[in-house]
Amino acid sequence: MNKLSRLALSAALCALLFPAGFAAHAAPADAPLEARAELGNSKADMYKPIKDTKRIVRDYVQQPPLVPHDVSRYEISKNFNKCMDCHSSSRYVEMNTTRVPVTHFKSRSGQELSNLSPARYFCTQCHVPQVDAKPLVGNTFKK
Amino acid sequence: MSEVKPKLHQRAWQWFKKTGPWTVLGLFVAGIIFWSGFNTVMEATNQESFCISCHEMKNNVYEEYKETIHYNNRSGVRATCPDCHVPKDFVHKMIRKAQASKEVWGKLTGSIDTQEKFEANRLRLAQNEWARMKASDSRECRNCHNFEFMDTSVQGTRSALKHEEAQAAGQTCIDCHKGIAHRMPPVDQGIGQQNEGGAQIHAGNAE
Ligand code: HEC
Ligand code: HEC
Ligand code: HEC
Ligand code: HEC
Ligand code: HEC
Ligand code: HEC
Repeated sequence: MNKLSRLALSAALCALLFPAGFAAHAAPADAPLEARAELGNSKADMYKPIKDTKRIVRDYVQQPPLVPHDVSRYEISKNFNKCMDCHSSSRYVEMNTTRVPVTHFKSRSGQELSNLSPARYFCTQCHVPQVDAKPLVGNTFKK
Repeated sequence: MSEVKPKLHQRAWQWFKKTGPWTVLGLFVAGIIFWSGFNTVMEATNQESFCISCHEMKNNVYEEYKETIHYNNRSGVRATCPDCHVPKDFVHKMIRKAQASKEVWGKLTGSIDTQEKFEANRLRLAQNEWARMKASDSRECRNCHNFEFMDTSVQGTRSALKHEEAQAAGQTCIDCHKGIAHRMPPVDQGIGQQNEGGAQIHAGNAE
């Protein structure tokens, strides 16, 4: 190969590599993400969840105890129930929690079940987490 | 046999003379351009917008991640996909990028191109990620969070207790914080029919 053809070759190589670098630049780097409009619009998001506290005293016998800690990011889905990650009978000792009571393993007619009753699967239907806010309406309930 | 081999610098000089300074200069410039091109590619492929340019990544994991604390929090600091999934240092980064050729293959073969396929494969993918984080002692988490600098006195009581225990027991973040940025794969939590047949893992505190 003579000098000229070698030169041409390296020039061609440069020409090849240049656009490759630029193409990578142009494409995705500054494509905008979606607006976050769907987040943080709920009125409930205005209030801060309470800090972890001790168990909250119940006001009547059959009351589902209030949740004394933040649960805002916990998953309760078909695949996984985060609450049971700490409150199930196999985990409550390790996690220093209260175990899900046996009532939650009974059908509505009181029959014992081998599984958590489907009526109890969605814990936050009955167990209410607390936020740092004034009550919306007055309450005259007496113990 | 008896011929004495020229020394390295002599050989280099010979090569230089034979090849000619223009070519050497050309190669040098090409090298620079190649390197910057390479770095540009590396940089571009380390952006969240790149990850979600594939609908496989966008429709499932990204949508879920948008609901989590690492996307939306009071301090406005976001952890993006590469923050958690791509190591920062060169060697580990290159290894991960090489592994990612599997993702390109998955894209081509459509391994998770529908939501059904994604759900069916989610456990496999999550387990790959868990294994990776376990092996690296959750290196990517610790780029931002650190046991040593965690002030357990201002953390919630539940966190503080566990973090002190965990530090003593040598546990790592992913042992307890699975499902922090995406929904979980099916896990058998030992609570009966609800999720029987799911994976047998320790979702929280590992053994
Ligand atoms: C990280 C572990 C953890 C997770 C996850 C968790 N909890 Fe708790 N929970 C606790 C601890 C610790 C306590 C305090 C127990 C105590 O002081 O005896 C508690 C207390 C409670 C109590 C009060 C019990 C009582 O007898 O007063 C309720 C109700 C409760 N949690 C519901 C839930 C619900 C519902 C979820 C899911 C949305 C959940 N928890 C998820 C750790 C957890
Ligand atoms: C249908 C309403 C309902 C649902 C759903 C429900 N609970 Fe309860 N829970 C109650 C009531 C009522 C009590 C108090 C009476 C009792 O012990 O059964 C209670 C009590 C508890 C207690 C306190 C036990 C104790 O010994 O002090 C815990 C812990 C608890 N539930 C956890 C859960 C978890 C975790 C879930 C979700 C897997 C859940 N609950 C779902 C109604 C419910
Ligand atoms: C070309 C399209 C595409 C792009 C771009 C892409 N992915 Fe993926 N990704 C996939 C596919 C397809 C799979 C499933 C591979 C399989 O089935 O094994 C996957 C799997 C994964 C997994 C599971 C890991 C494993 O080892 O199984 C993670 C984590 C992941 N991607 C993160 C990312 C991140 C972070 C980015 C951006 C840096 C990214 N992906 C960019 C298509 C893509
Ligand atoms: C880019 C930095 C960054 C990386 C990487 C990162 N985080 Fe975070 N993390 C944050 C920020 C910022 C917050 C939100 C702090 C706040 O405002 O409360 C957070 C919050 C959290 C929380 C608190 C959740 C809650 O509901 O309060 C947990 C748990 C957590 N991260 C675990 C992890 C784990 C596990 C990993 C690794 C898989 C990880 N983080 C990787 C920055 C990061
Ligand atoms: C032994 C289990 C365990 C290990 C290991 C662990 N955590 Fe946690 N962490 C918890 C528990 C339990 C909580 C309580 C709240 C929850 O789960 O939502 C928590 C809470 C947190 C929070 C929220 C703190 C607060 O109170 O505001 C952050 C941030 C966090 N963890 C980060 C990490 C990081 C980073 C690592 C690895 C260096 C790590 N954790 C390792 C169990 C653990
Ligand atoms: C805060 C850290 C963090 C961020 C940010 C994050 N991931 Fe993940 N990702 C994880 C962890 C941890 C797993 C392992 C499974 C689990 O625990 O949910 C995972 C798992 C995955 C999987 C395997 C499938 C699954 O659901 O388990 C894919 C694919 C993935 N991530 C892609 C992404 C993409 C794309 C982004 C950006 C939109 C992203 N991740 C952002 C921590 C993160």
